[in-house]
Amino acid sequence: MSIDTIVDSTRRDVLYLSTAVLGAAGIGLAAWPFIAQMNPDDSALALASIEVDISALEEGQSITVKWRGKPVFIRLRTAAEIAEAQSVDTADLMDPLARNPNVAADAEATDGNRSAAGNEALLVLIGICTHLGCVPIGEAGDYGGWFCPCHGSHYDTSGRIRKGPAPENLYIPPFSVVSETTIKIG
Amino acid sequence: MLGQTPYQPKTWIGRWLEKRLPVISLVVDQFVSFPTPKTLNYWWTFGMVLSVMLIIQLITGIVLAMHYTPHASMAFDSIEHIMRDVQYGWLIRYMHANGASFFFLALFIHMFRCLYYGSYKAPREVLWWFGVLILLTMMTTGFTGYVLPWGQMSYWAATVITNLFSAIPEYGDEIVIWLLGGYSVDNPTLVRFYSLHYLLPMIIAALVAIHVWALHVVGSNNPTGIEPKSLDETVPFTPYATMKDIFVVAVFLLLFAWFLFFQPNYLGHPDNYIPADPLKTPPHIVPEWYFLPFYAILRAVPDKLGGVVAMFASILVLFLLPWLDWSRVRSGTFRPLFRLFFWILVADCILLGWLGAKPAEGIYVEIAQFATIYYFAHFLLVLPLLGLFDRPKRLPESITAAVATLDEKKAAAAEQAALERVMRAQDAEDRAKAGDTATAEETAKADDAAKPEPAAEAPAAGEPPGAEPAAATEDASDVQREKAAGERGSAAGAPDKKD
Repeated sequence: MSIDTIVDSTRRDVLYLSTAVLGAAGIGLAAWPFIAQMNPDDSALALASIEVDISALEEGQSITVKWRGKPVFIRLRTAAEIAEAQSVDTADLMDPLARNPNVAADAEATDGNRSAAGNEALLVLIGICTHLGCVPIGEAGDYGGWFCPCHGSHYDTSGRIRKGPAPENLYIPPFSVVSETTIKIG
Repeated sequence: MLGQTPYQPKTWIGRWLEKRLPVISLVVDQFVSFPTPKTLNYWWTFGMVLSVMLIIQLITGIVLAMHYTPHASMAFDSIEHIMRDVQYGWLIRYMHANGASFFFLALFIHMFRCLYYGSYKAPREVLWWFGVLILLTMMTTGFTGYVLPWGQMSYWAATVITNLFSAIPEYGDEIVIWLLGGYSVDNPTLVRFYSLHYLLPMIIAALVAIHVWALHVVGSNNPTGIEPKSLDETVPFTPYATMKDIFVVAVFLLLFAWFLFFQPNYLGHPDNYIPADPLKTPPHIVPEWYFLPFYAILRAVPDKLGGVVAMFASILVLFLLPWLDWSRVRSGTFRPLFRLFFWILVADCILLGWLGAKPAEGIYVEIAQFATIYYFAHFLLVLPLLGLFDRPKRLPESITAAVATLDEKKAAAAEQAALERVMRAQDAEDRAKAGDTATAEETAKADDAAKPEPAAEAPAAGEPPGAEPAAATEDASDVQREKAAGERGSAAGAPDKKD
């Protein structure tokens, strides 16, 4: 009797297929921890919020604090800067969204939606250029806001992208005003 | 592939080993008696230069790893420790840092040689692909290594390059956080880059092994672009190619040593001697010189995703090269229009490199955009069209025929030189008879100086046919010059008929 007559090829196919599927699933499961270990560790996740004392901040001054390893700009804007930011027609903006997790996700990028609720002079921004992650320089650029030296992105006094390769406005971190002199970021 | 003399073990122990592990015959057949086309010129020596640079990088890297500390708070100081305290640490670190630059320099020369002589064409497509893969792996290795000193440039290079991935739609930000192991570049990033920087050279070594394997299946291309038809048209790899390679390696290492000992920081950036500061980006960040053309392409596109795509595409387009350049004539030697566009491409790449070092503002952006468009146009438009419009010269029938043409030229040039020497001697004699001894002496001296020229200037293999032998010396009389010109014309004309 030859080998062909005793082999039922359909039953063999089921065995091959199920072995391959289980094998692939097993490799996938085994790979999972090796991929997941590259994500931020628990100690990095635990540092997710900070409180900042802003009592010393005068009009026209900025401070930079570090949150999640990133710089956060806290600026008390001058009246001229606020007026300039408010006068911009939102139709002229490169990125129409506010990028502010403290308001609705589809909120327009008006200055009111970008500045701190109840204190239009206070602007809190993540100081990371939305292009490739450099730290922009304050009170610089064509629009008097921020200028990124790496690839030439210009932001206005509300931190909105106006010119250059960056696709989005400077992000605003989740924050809340705890008291007159303190804000909580994260 | 043609074999010269296959290895036959002569001793009993050789035969014993050969049956169990034929390693000696592998080395002898592949690296000693391996047949290489006899027309190879000096541009074919950079494979060996690259192998030597890889070995230098491996050895210096292993030593540096013994003294370096991969931690965000200690990395910068450990580099200074290597520079100041470790015995010869300064030398080994400068070797490694400058070695990377020279590795890339040799790689670029090697690649442009492939582009000129059509070395990527059938049957060498897979060989070429593995070369491009080596380039990509080397770029990743160079980048991860540059981050390790943890200076300002290291830190911001890591930030900018990892943020390239944030351009990926939808999942970009998650991917960047995953790559960094945090919300910004920090210790987890440094440590994983260190781990990868140690892993990737081993992958390069493996890719090189496959590259050499593929090379030894299809054999070397050569300046004529014509495959050797018989063993007569080849020479054994050792000593012919080996000696030539060793000579060029020595010259190349001389240049390397000059940078190493006299300008060790010329190719680096002073900002990288400032410890990394996550709150302050240096006002003018630029990558290492070997990334500048790609960086210029990235910045030329006024759109984030577009810029990233263009930068990666500038390398990925090389994978398609064997099909984009579909002309059946392989070597640029026989393609006049192709040669012109090849040199324009070289100039374009140098221009892009220069622009990559300039700030991204004003006129520089526009020139970079033009140069980027031209770069892609060369591969996607010019090369396919050249296949239609380039009128290649007639190819020699074989390597032997091509060499015979050169030999005839050399012989004609030598004959010409001998003739001129005789005529000038005659002239000097005539003048001496006329009593003008001073002039005669001068002429004789000039003759001696001129003697070796014609032979030395005979065209090397691979140069376009039709190159003329050296011109007669300045003080030859008008009559001689006319005669020489006439004979030169006929000497150069003879081989041209064969074209």
